[in-house]
Amino acid sequence: MKITKITMAAALMLAVAFTSCKPKDADVKASIETALKADPMAATTMVDVKDGVATISGVCKDEACKAGCEKLVSGVKGVKSVVNNCTVAPPPPPPPASMTTTLDAATQQKVKDGLKDMTTLTLQGFSGKGAIINGEISKEGKMKLMQMLASAKVMLDAASKITMK
Amino acid sequence: MALQDKYAELIAAAKSHGVANLSVAEQDGVLHVAGTAGSTATYDALWALYDKLDPGMASGDLMMNVDIKADAGAQLQVTTDSSNLNIRATPSTDGDVVGKAAHGETVTLVEKTDDSWWKVRTADGEEGYAYAQYLSPL
Repeated sequence: MKITKITMAAALMLAVAFTSCKPKDADVKASIETALKADPMAATTMVDVKDGVATISGVCKDEACKAGCEKLVSGVKGVKSVVNNCTVAPPPPPPPASMTTTLDAATQQKVKDGLKDMTTLTLQGFSGKGAIINGEISKEGKMKLMQMLASAKVMLDAASKITMK
Repeated sequence: MALQDKYAELIAAAKSHGVANLSVAEQDGVLHVAGTAGSTATYDALWALYDKLDPGMASGDLMMNVDIKADAGAQLQVTTDSSNLNIRATPSTDGDVVGKAAHGETVTLVEKTDDSWWKVRTADGEEGYAYAQYLSPL
């Protein structure tokens, strides 16, 4: 019973202390920084606080991250408003199309078409890695072959046996 | 990263030549380089560099999926070894031959159907699909 009373009194005192004392900008800034550090998405965000107005800046990976960061900061005690100067990083370029190519029938046909004029070469078939091509070829011919395969987005399988003239 | 080091000169050249939409990524021991070269000269220079950095292009560790910028209406030179280039009704060697373009002749690009087949129009007005490997944007 005694303990409860003391706890209540302490809680009351704390409440009074918080309502009567205006939070200092530096303290608010520290609280925001702690909150930001706890969130891996917002860890690199910079913050500055003046008269309770928090200004955040940095590079976010997307709009959702930017909005989330603002929400996080606005929820910190002592923050009146948030100026969100965060920028969104441009999306990374899409991966090269050749990385997702499958050796479907149309792709195989492109290789067959391309080889029609390379009469010294024979297509043995396709593996999981690319086209298996055997034959004899000149240096210039090798480049043409590689260019043809690249335009079809097909690798030359290492099992290919191509000798250079 | 080792492959990016091996082909660093090539990647730097692609950047300095202003290859558009350049992307470089490594997957399963193969470096994939994709983009659009502004001219046939740039394309040829990049392939020459590939041959220099990987003699005979023997390692099979680079997929250079770089094409050459060509918009509809662009002039293309027929770069067969010596023979005529077949112009076909459909984008396949199974397509009927509807016209021919001579070695060295200039044709007009109608559309890039895909990376391998382009629709072209000859000076005589014949229109159809030709194998893109033998067409170089001027």
